[in-house]
Amino acid sequence: MNDPRHPKTAAPIAARVAALEDALTDAHLVPDGYLDEATAPMEDALSPRNGARVVARAWTDPAFRVRLLEDGARACAELGYGLPFEESIVILENTATVHNAIVCTQCSCTAWSLLGLPPDWYKSPEYRARLVREPRTLLREMGLDLPEGVAVKIWDTSGETRYMVLPLRPAGTEGWTEEQLAAIVTREAMIGVARVTVG
Amino acid sequence: MDGIHDLGGMSGFGAVEVERDEPVFHERWERRAFGLNVLGLQILRAYNVHEYRHAVERMEPAHYLSASYYERWLTAVASLMVEKGVVTREELERRAGGRFPLARPGVAVAAAAPRPDASAARFAVGDRVRVRDLRTRGHTRAPRYVRGKRGVVARVAPTFLLPDVAGHGARAPHEQTYQIEFAAPELWANEGRPGDTVVVDLWESYLEADA
Repeated sequence: MNDPRHPKTAAPIAARVAALEDALTDAHLVPDGYLDEATAPMEDALSPRNGARVVARAWTDPAFRVRLLEDGARACAELGYGLPFEESIVILENTATVHNAIVCTQCSCTAWSLLGLPPDWYKSPEYRARLVREPRTLLREMGLDLPEGVAVKIWDTSGETRYMVLPLRPAGTEGWTEEQLAAIVTREAMIGVARVTVG
Repeated sequence: MDGIHDLGGMSGFGAVEVERDEPVFHERWERRAFGLNVLGLQILRAYNVHEYRHAVERMEPAHYLSASYYERWLTAVASLMVEKGVVTREELERRAGGRFPLARPGVAVAAAAPRPDASAARFAVGDRVRVRDLRTRGHTRAPRYVRGKRGVVARVAPTFLLPDVAGHGARAPHEQTYQIEFAAPELWANEGRPGDTVVVDLWESYLEADA
């Protein structure tokens, strides 16, 4: 058994990362330049702008919206998103009577390809503990006050399926182009903790 | 395992703080820790993603809660590299110039026997099911808060490796998964608001028919 080791007595985190990196490098297990190059393409490819484009297309193309809700992966592939990290994706449609929101209570799983690597608040113990049990209180604290007549549906990403919320299109965006619409769709709206708003 | 990672429904946590215009990585070491895990998973194939998740869960509870997200990544990757014999704890601590907390050891789980009936989904959309009251010291993806609870099959999802076996590096079967919808009052009694629901993604062997 390990001795319990209190984190306060640990070496600084940057030194621990460097220690593992150097140990693996000296064992010839790190390809040249790998750690400098490995994350760069992911940072470009994994972005909430991808999900925003999918949402904007769904708002402007009713046939695409139907296909998206039927088979999220296939519809995203139409827009060029191959979803390399998501083996199964389900798009959750917000309506006048149902509001969806996503969490991962046991770790921090999300649809990286559409939402990007998750933000700190999504990974926080506070969000993970509270959303499933007191969704209305937590969402209100985060600025989203849901009317009594709207049912709240929380999706816990406990398996391998990933989710993205298709938010309601805000009033006042009639006639907007897909690009204009994509620009107002936030990651928070696609997780379900905010509405999409104009201005 | 009934671990500290299984946070769903716990009380006592405060406000969620949202950082405006948050960068993908806050510090250089976060980017490097991220890269080390991608290296371990995809290039070295030293462990699978289920073993990785389980290594995070095996962290000392006090360390788990105090560590940032990417510190948990680093701790899990380092623990697996030590457990697999790639590096030693002594080497890591010597290089780091101090203590290098690792995850606690896991329990042994046997490889699963092939299931002859694995191709057919046992439940269909609308079926009423109950989450079996299973206890394990090993890895599982059935959160505590649905244990013993009754729900309805909302979606029949694809088959996936059973994490309870794969998380221990053993040969795992593919098993049907389902999105099960639970009424909030079923989960949270007087605190659950009628009409609100929680949908949880569960493997078939976590479920039984609700007669």
